[in-house]
Amino acid sequence: MIEIDAITKRYDGRPVVNDVSLVVEPHALTVIVGTSGSGKTTLLRMINRLVEPSAGTIRIDGKDNQSLPPHVLRRGIGYVIQGHGLFPHRTVGQNIATVPMLCGWDRTRIARRVDELLTLFQLDPAQFRDRYPDQLSGGQKQRVGVARALAAKPNILLMDEPFGALDPVIRGKAQMDLVAIQKQFGTTIVLVTHDMEEAIQLGDRIAVMDDGNLLQYAAPAEILASPATEFVETLIGTGDRPFRYLSLSALDGIVEAGMADGEPLPVTASRRDALAELLWSGRTALPVTGTDGTVLGRVTRETLLRLAERPV
Amino acid sequence: MTERGPPAMEFRPLRPISREMAVFRLDKLGAIIAVIAACGALMAPFATFRANRIVAGEARSVVAALPPWAAALLLAVVAAAAVIALFRSPVLIRLSASLGALVVLALAVGVAGRYLTPAGNSYARISPASGFWLLVFAFALLAADCFTRLRMPPLMRIGALVLAAVAIALVLASGTWNSLSIMKEYASRADTFWLLGAQHLTLAFGSLAAAVIVGIPLGITCHRTTALRGPVLNSLNIIQTIPSIALFGILIAPLGWIAINVPGAAAIGVSGIGTPPAFVALFGYSLLPMVANTVLGLEGVPAAANDAARGMGMTDRQRLIGVEFPLAFPVILTGVRIVLVQNIGLTTVAALIGGGGFGVFVFQGIGQTAMDLVMLGALPTVALAFAASIVLDAIVEISTKGSAQRPAT
Repeated sequence: MIEIDAITKRYDGRPVVNDVSLVVEPHALTVIVGTSGSGKTTLLRMINRLVEPSAGTIRIDGKDNQSLPPHVLRRGIGYVIQGHGLFPHRTVGQNIATVPMLCGWDRTRIARRVDELLTLFQLDPAQFRDRYPDQLSGGQKQRVGVARALAAKPNILLMDEPFGALDPVIRGKAQMDLVAIQKQFGTTIVLVTHDMEEAIQLGDRIAVMDDGNLLQYAAPAEILASPATEFVETLIGTGDRPFRYLSLSALDGIVEAGMADGEPLPVTASRRDALAELLWSGRTALPVTGTDGTVLGRVTRETLLRLAERPV
Repeated sequence: MTERGPPAMEFRPLRPISREMAVFRLDKLGAIIAVIAACGALMAPFATFRANRIVAGEARSVVAALPPWAAALLLAVVAAAAVIALFRSPVLIRLSASLGALVVLALAVGVAGRYLTPAGNSYARISPASGFWLLVFAFALLAADCFTRLRMPPLMRIGALVLAAVAIALVLASGTWNSLSIMKEYASRADTFWLLGAQHLTLAFGSLAAAVIVGIPLGITCHRTTALRGPVLNSLNIIQTIPSIALFGILIAPLGWIAINVPGAAAIGVSGIGTPPAFVALFGYSLLPMVANTVLGLEGVPAAANDAARGMGMTDRQRLIGVEFPLAFPVILTGVRIVLVQNIGLTTVAALIGGGGFGVFVFQGIGQTAMDLVMLGALPTVALAFAASIVLDAIVEISTKGSAQRPAT
């Protein structure tokens, strides 16, 4: 748990982050979203003290983050930045080994950990361990960047626009990988982005910032349903709002008894995908299958349209 | 041609060129080399004959300077190499032609020395003349062009340099050049030559070492403390603009004063003239390239790598040693290269204030109007600077591998 308590950062007397308080839930993915200059990156960097606050405190698991020397604090917190920041003169293996080396792990343990992480990120250790970063594609570099941040098994992972430099196809894959890893290890992730779509897709909770102020801190459904200010509403983009809202949940819970024709969808598909499929194929209902492939029932267009309405 | 010119004319360049045509296409640089070689061989004198070491010389053409067989051989080799240079040809053939021509030239000038020296006359001086130098220049240019085109890996370049040095040493040891004036100057000063050589290298490398020891930490400090950067770099810039002779002169007074007034200073060798002021001046000149390149190299470290290093918990020291310095190293090494080549040249001037080095021969030679003596000082200096730049260029390239500028494979 990260408790951010009335934190303020001023540069030349002008507040960049203004009296922000929020509690980052443990084992959840929290997204800080805002336009450039909103103070979102500064807020993130105050957690691992790359920026020192002008006022306020940040407690990590109840302990003031000022109680440790900054470099010791940072070794316990994973850090991923836009454009990966890999060391160009070190191999992939050496890059990933950075924090374990700083922490003084022994060689065999480091080597094992490097191979374990490369495998986790679908990079064959034998093939990639000794490559240099400029011999990797953009997506591979990004994965190595995340692997490096996770190397010393931190409980907290800070990510500053981690997918900013990726093309849309690779970005989607990288986002799904991140969510999978977060679920698997229960890492507390704080991710900064300017992309509300990304925030809604990834975030368990979203903090919206503008001009140094925290405007709203809530679950995605709540942000969509009742944006706190006009600015939040603009960020969401009113045109896509019903679809984004539908995209938050899967089909389970709205499956009704009955039959329908045509291609089925799995119950794990999102409601948005189901509606899109119904509209595109001109059907009024489609069959839903369980994880074992048996037909559970159907989902109707009517139900989905009703669910897309603004909740009250 | 008007716009309505016959289409056949327009398309002519697009027709496939026959194999015979391709063989005879001209090489642009080769054409220049061939012209220089032709001038050197046919129009300029090959050697100069002088009755003694300071009188004006008489020019001798290739035909007059060499026995008929040697003249014919030399002209044939030069002509063949010039023709190979003139037309487009494979690089290895061009390289062999240029190296072959250089070897024949080196041997021929020795032959000229023996041929022109009257029997039993130890006062006569034979030296290579403008034609010889033009020919050497032309084929050295061809060789350099070939080496550039070959794009040899760094270690191979150092190997080629060693081979060239061995070849020159063999020619020197064989005594082929012993009848040439420059070798006669050497013969009467052999002990001094090596002493001055040692002095020259000590001064050049010593001041470089001092500049590295002081310059790199100073550069790091300037990089970290932005306020220092302007003043430090500007002061060093001012030193750099002082003409070398003036700087050597300026230092005489303060160092002389220190030698007299600071107890023990004279005992450790501080004095107004001699090696210490030369060392201090060379050190002063070396600082700017070292500090500037250190700052430049550190500035070139990717901001993301630095940010990641801090974010992962490296201390400033660990970041400097593990990330910044290795990434800045090739640029810093380029500074070392600049300093070393510059110092080898500048050390020559140090002779003026008694600093020693090959400059002693140069200034003695100027004083005596003995150009051979000037050459005895100048040629080794040029050779040293040339060798230093090739070796350090190769090291810079090796160190660049695996760093930021590493070429993708």
